Amino acid sequence: MQVNEFKPKIVAFCCNWCSYAGADLAGSNRLSYPADVKIIRVPCSCRVNPMFILRAFQRGADGVIICGCHPGDCHYTSGNYYTRRRMALLFSMLDYLGIEKDRMRLEWVSAAEGAKFATTMNEFTEKIISLGENKRLEDLRCKK
Amino acid sequence: MQRIGVFVCWCGSNIAATVDVEAVSQALAKEPGVVHSANYQYMCSQAGQDLIRAAIKEHKLTGIVVCSCSPRMHEMTFRKTAESAGINPYMVEIANIREQCSWIHKDILTGTEKAIVLGRTAIAKVNLNAPLTAGESPVTKRALVIGGGIAGIQTALDIADAGFEVDIVEKNPTIGGKMAQLDKTFPTLDCAACILTPKMVDVAQHEKIRIFSYSEVAAVKGFVGNFDVTIKKKARYVREDVCTGCGLCTEKCPVKKVPNEFNLGMDTRRAIYIPFAQAVPKVATIDADYCNMLKNGKCGVCSKVCTAKAIDYEQKDTLIEEKYGAIVVATGFNPISMEKFDEYAYSQSKDVVTSLEFERIMNAAGPTQGKLVRPSDGKHPHTLVFVQCVGSRCANCAEKGKEYCSKICCMYTAKHAMLTRDKYPDTDVYVFYIDVRTPGKNFDEFYRRAAEEYGVHYVKGMVGKVMPEGDKLMVRASDLIANKQINIAADMVILAAAIEPDKSARSIATMLTASMDTNDFFTEAHPKLRPVESPTAGIFLSGACQGPKDIPETVAQAGAAAAKVIGLLAKDKLKGNPCVASSNELMCNGCSSCERVCPYGAISYVDKEFRGPNRTVLVRRVAQVNPAVCQGCGACTVACPSGAMDLKGFATKQIMAEVDAICK
Repeated sequence: MQVNEFKPKIVAFCCNWCSYAGADLAGSNRLSYPADVKIIRVPCSCRVNPMFILRAFQRGADGVIICGCHPGDCHYTSGNYYTRRRMALLFSMLDYLGIEKDRMRLEWVSAAEGAKFATTMNEFTEKIISLGENKRLEDLRCKK
Repeated sequence: MQRIGVFVCWCGSNIAATVDVEAVSQALAKEPGVVHSANYQYMCSQAGQDLIRAAIKEHKLTGIVVCSCSPRMHEMTFRKTAESAGINPYMVEIANIREQCSWIHKDILTGTEKAIVLGRTAIAKVNLNAPLTAGESPVTKRALVIGGGIAGIQTALDIADAGFEVDIVEKNPTIGGKMAQLDKTFPTLDCAACILTPKMVDVAQHEKIRIFSYSEVAAVKGFVGNFDVTIKKKARYVREDVCTGCGLCTEKCPVKKVPNEFNLGMDTRRAIYIPFAQAVPKVATIDADYCNMLKNGKCGVCSKVCTAKAIDYEQKDTLIEEKYGAIVVATGFNPISMEKFDEYAYSQSKDVVTSLEFERIMNAAGPTQGKLVRPSDGKHPHTLVFVQCVGSRCANCAEKGKEYCSKICCMYTAKHAMLTRDKYPDTDVYVFYIDVRTPGKNFDEFYRRAAEEYGVHYVKGMVGKVMPEGDKLMVRASDLIANKQINIAADMVILAAAIEPDKSARSIATMLTASMDTNDFFTEAHPKLRPVESPTAGIFLSGACQGPKDIPETVAQAGAAAAKVIGLLAKDKLKGNPCVASSNELMCNGCSSCERVCPYGAISYVDKEFRGPNRTVLVRRVAQVNPAVCQGCGACTVACPSGAMDLKGFATKQIMAEVDAICK
């Protein structure tokens, strides 16, 4: 029963040009995804410092997803390529630290892919629910 | 400490139906820094904006959070409101509680809870906002139009008539595009050439327009108002400034068997050619793939017959650098390839043609001089079958065709059927359709005339198979209304092939960093309110590159794009985006990491003097961002190992605060 009541905290970083617009499209098409997902708007996925992700985990987020333009479609030409490399490193670091790397995901969603945005968020939330609460990285000192 | 005002919008019932707006504004009133919280039916309305302005004055607010629709919708509106009440426009943050909350959640408890978190996140950010001022940059008062079809022609003419210089880049040897290949145009049956070619001449003669024909865009740099474009002018081996277009070379060239692309390969041209009689510029072009002189140095006939001495076998591709303030994409469309639709026997029989090929057959300047004959044996066909939606509306066959409706096929098929019956009353004409879609002025009347006055047999149902048998084409189809299968022995089958964006569109979109949808059509900035602008500032869309369109719609959109370009070029200075990177000189160690990732070359280094220990002076190399060039992507902020680089408006501290607010 407890599993059903688990409401994960999910932070989604969306780039302003593709994925945030994709999320808007999901909204205007009334494509539902869990309320656990909260979006932070960034100009480009390359603005997402791996530090932000670790900070989210430290503060008790159960999952973090980064969405950017498809490779080749970046509004700033090459931003999402940087993101891809940086996140590859972060993935292997999470692995090394022994943290479930499924708690983090990188996904390309274009401005026209409202449906993809909603399905991605549904799948990711399901995955996080199956992984359960983030206990390994949460810093209990942050909880007052 | 900021003094923040929170304004929760109901958006009529769009938000209020699934979010308890009163509860949200009460909960957010307790957040740190908030001194005022209100909710109202329509915040974006005049009354709503007045309410914000009054609150700013009354409570001496320094920052504002509006919980409403997407910032992509009304961020500018509320920034202007704030500015008019005397606070910096960048002290405004939007919590998107419509697209990201009320519209996707059905339960009022969930919706309200999430709206509070989103509001809290925006408040956390505004607490760390700082006033920003946008820099200004000059505007190059010249526009580039990519594509010289009817869309590009109309846009160029409209911009040029307003007094601005325009360059057209066309990849083919002549402008004119698809419309130049058409015979008649629906629903008036105007001759396409008669209405297009005068416009082509206007373009050629306009003192403000330059045509780069047989050219492609090779590279684009810069940003709105200041694009640096490299145009590759392909070698045509004929000097454009000297060639008179007499056409003597195209008659004497000994290489005769080159498929003529203007007639879709249904006849042949020479290796040196002028695509059609009314070509603009009317200059010959040598096809290097076929020319004997260029291939093995033996021939030179064209050079001998040319009295103007225009032939130049040594010509090379040249790169031209130009500056533009705005770029219009008018790359147009193409019919899809029929190779995956073998059930219609397109590859097996010459008498199965696409509608564009049929258009050339019916055209007086086409391969048959306008006489309707079968391509296989030159005989007059008696039974013609038109198949609609070949590759369009393929919801279950996306690997073969397109999911969307190509929009123009119903009308041009009605036109073809009508013209066939009009010229050759002895023919039997069948049209197989899923639906006949005729939304447009005088369109339905046109279709009904084809069916009722001209006796075209419209059959609801799709063709399953076309089988060549002897000199006939056996068409097996279903008639959904009579609920039976029918077989027709046809002489010709005409396929209304779906249309798709031109293949060059993808690489052009990448160069322009303009976004595209899954079908490679360019995306507009807003589907309803900004239909001719790309989300990338300074890039405008004209014609079928944005979606299937007929000629009247294309011309209307071309004019609209031109109006937007004129509006941009009429400005002397453009306000830039103040959300740019900046480096903290005290922390920077001059490592060049930021410079290496910057896609715009906005970062440079200077030697600066700093105070060292014991009254010494240290000279250190530090990064400096050029705010006029920086576009604010933030790549450098993450690359910086010392944390010296930050992005205004999306500062590390602000994003951290947002993360914390969500995870609280």
